[in-house]
Amino acid sequence: MKKSVLLGTLAVAALSAGAAAAATLDDVKARGKLNCGVTTGLVGFAAPDANGNWDGFDVGVCRAVAAAVLGDPMAVEFVPTTGKTRFTALASGEIDMLARNTTWTFSRDVDLKFEFVGVNYYDGQGFMVPKELGVSSAKELDGATVCIQTGTTTELNLADFFRINNISYEPVPIETNAEAQPLYLEGACDVYTTDASGLAATRAAFEDPSAHIILPEIISKEPLGPLVRHGDSEWGDVVRWTLNALIAAEEYGVTSANVEELSAGTDNPEINRLLGSAGNLGEMMGLEADWAKKAIMAGGNYGELFAKNIGESTPIGLARGLNAQWTDGGLLYSPPFR
Amino acid sequence: MSDTHAHAVAYVRDTMLPQQPPPASEAGAVKWMRENLFSGWFNTILTLVAVYIIFRLLSGSLPWFLGGIWNADSLATCREVLDGATGGCFAVLTERWNQLLFGVAYPNDQYWRPTLAFVLLLVAVAPVLYPKAPRKMLIFTGLYPFVGFWLIWGGTIFAPLVGLLGFVVGYLLFKQVERQSFAGGAALAVVGALVTWWAGGFLVGAAEGVIALEPVPSRDLGGFMLNLILGTVCISLSLPIGILLALGRQSDLPIVKWICVVFIEFIRGVPLITLLFVANVVLAYFLPPGTNFDLVLRVIIMITMFASAYIAEVIRGGLAALPRGQYEAADSLGLDYGQSMRLIILPQALKISIPGIVNVAVGLFKDTTLVSVISMFDMVGMIRGPILASTEWNGVYWELWSFAILLFFVVCYSISQYSQWLERQLQRDHR
Repeated sequence: MKKSVLLGTLAVAALSAGAAAAATLDDVKARGKLNCGVTTGLVGFAAPDANGNWDGFDVGVCRAVAAAVLGDPMAVEFVPTTGKTRFTALASGEIDMLARNTTWTFSRDVDLKFEFVGVNYYDGQGFMVPKELGVSSAKELDGATVCIQTGTTTELNLADFFRINNISYEPVPIETNAEAQPLYLEGACDVYTTDASGLAATRAAFEDPSAHIILPEIISKEPLGPLVRHGDSEWGDVVRWTLNALIAAEEYGVTSANVEELSAGTDNPEINRLLGSAGNLGEMMGLEADWAKKAIMAGGNYGELFAKNIGESTPIGLARGLNAQWTDGGLLYSPPFR
Repeated sequence: MSDTHAHAVAYVRDTMLPQQPPPASEAGAVKWMRENLFSGWFNTILTLVAVYIIFRLLSGSLPWFLGGIWNADSLATCREVLDGATGGCFAVLTERWNQLLFGVAYPNDQYWRPTLAFVLLLVAVAPVLYPKAPRKMLIFTGLYPFVGFWLIWGGTIFAPLVGLLGFVVGYLLFKQVERQSFAGGAALAVVGALVTWWAGGFLVGAAEGVIALEPVPSRDLGGFMLNLILGTVCISLSLPIGILLALGRQSDLPIVKWICVVFIEFIRGVPLITLLFVANVVLAYFLPPGTNFDLVLRVIIMITMFASAYIAEVIRGGLAALPRGQYEAADSLGLDYGQSMRLIILPQALKISIPGIVNVAVGLFKDTTLVSVISMFDMVGMIRGPILASTEWNGVYWELWSFAILLFFVVCYSISQYSQWLERQLQRDHR
């Protein structure tokens, strides 16, 4: 029986491959739950708390999309993925979207057939060294042993950086961020390199954070953002504009606290269109008129999500930096809601 | 003469000396130490070095254990309370014990179900492991897979009942036809079971929610529970499959033989982690989107295949170790193949193979932690992923890993102790 099931599924798979690519939105609505791929755990970005509820900056994006589509921020099935399993999980349809600090690169977008819908965190790869090493620039790291996560873009950036500067290094491959901390603290590697946000989070957990410095060089561009499968633009639009709605909401001063009040109608037509009290933007996407309002109420606008999960008041303590609104000199820039 | 003698000697003792304790250096602890610890300059040096190392270990770890903090809500609080003193932050265990044991997503109010399933597991394996346990308990052992499934996964009770019914129908059909034709009986049994399951599928679909426990999808299983489930299921499945493979490899029927050889050699030539990636990643490409071929089931199949190939080779070693005379003796008694295997060959071969089988079982149980690599939250996956990535507990390593070591050690050491006991029980003296 098993064999016939397998053959049958293979045949069905071949037939349905084309059909299944589209209509993720309908699938999600029919299922009543959003399958959202997240990391197995990254401080501040995604981790379950003691009660098993997922929380974090990437998780906030998942919840916003679920709220926009289904009206319920809790209607998310979180599927933990590792650096190695994330893309197959998305390509195979096991998850509807991936919000897992994934760098937007050419080959992932084009060759792996995914569609990055935007950037929710502008990151860059940095280096952390113990202060006692007496290094003040990454270019002085000749011959250093470097702890590096495998299967990520950081691995390739590192090789590029050292080759360009014509210095040598010895990689110490590790699987997760959690593995790197003790190795680094015990001196198994002189340098730990990963995205600057990860370095900050790691350092914040040290007993004596001041004994370690993050070197000034940022050696790569790491635009991290949610992504969906190629070939279903409607669904891509939903995720893209939900993210944009969170960013725009911060720009216009719409927060989870005042969204209820503002949705009754304001003088600002852009806010009215965003929150659905004017125009029919929701309908165009196949969503309710108040989709953006629900998305914002799920966890707050972009700024609120940032402040709650990774901002300066949290132990991770990241500054907005590049992730400030364009009006504040950052890179966040949502196209107009019109 | 005697007088002379008496006078010639100045003094002769006429009473017994009172018994004296042996010299301090020849008795008790001192003697033991002299013999065992300081019996030469080389051993003395070794002893001193060892004492020094033990002292260092204890002086380092004891304060850490004793000064541990058991109540805090984050690593930062722990460090505040400790205020520079040495001590572990065991609060992570008191706060997250449920996740370590049951995973992230298992419903909190349902923890009694896997716990009960675990206790029942101990009851169910007792008659298998201890020949002295009442034989009637074997009935419960037979029922346990269905009970355990129902307790852990929940859902309507009809699902496991239909599963059980299929086996019963198959067995009854087999018994009916066995006399005429063994193969015919087996085929009929398979058909009967399949028909029962197919028909029962409708019943289960219709009776959803009747006498039901809250259903828990496989994805929500995790923690040490997942390791135990994988370990128990895979070991108990791989043993019979391994025996069949080992016998098949020695078979005179070329097709059977070659299927077994190819299967065993292929599986043994591939790392387990590769098989797990196939289960998780590659199969997902082949199955149509939306089909949910249960991930835990996929992993169980892969690990079982892996373990049975190894067990087959262990048992083949046992079969090869039997003298040729045993096979010939069985033949000369007029036993057919099945009888000679069941009554003469296998009992001896399996006895020889016990250490090897236990070795595979222990290794397999520890290998179940590999599923953390395919993003399942087993014990190791829980520690590496969610717990160390939470803002509160980022940076707590020793406490968590020690806990994992403790649990795994307890299970593996019990398995190995049991096997030694079993070997002594089965000793039939070939000295």
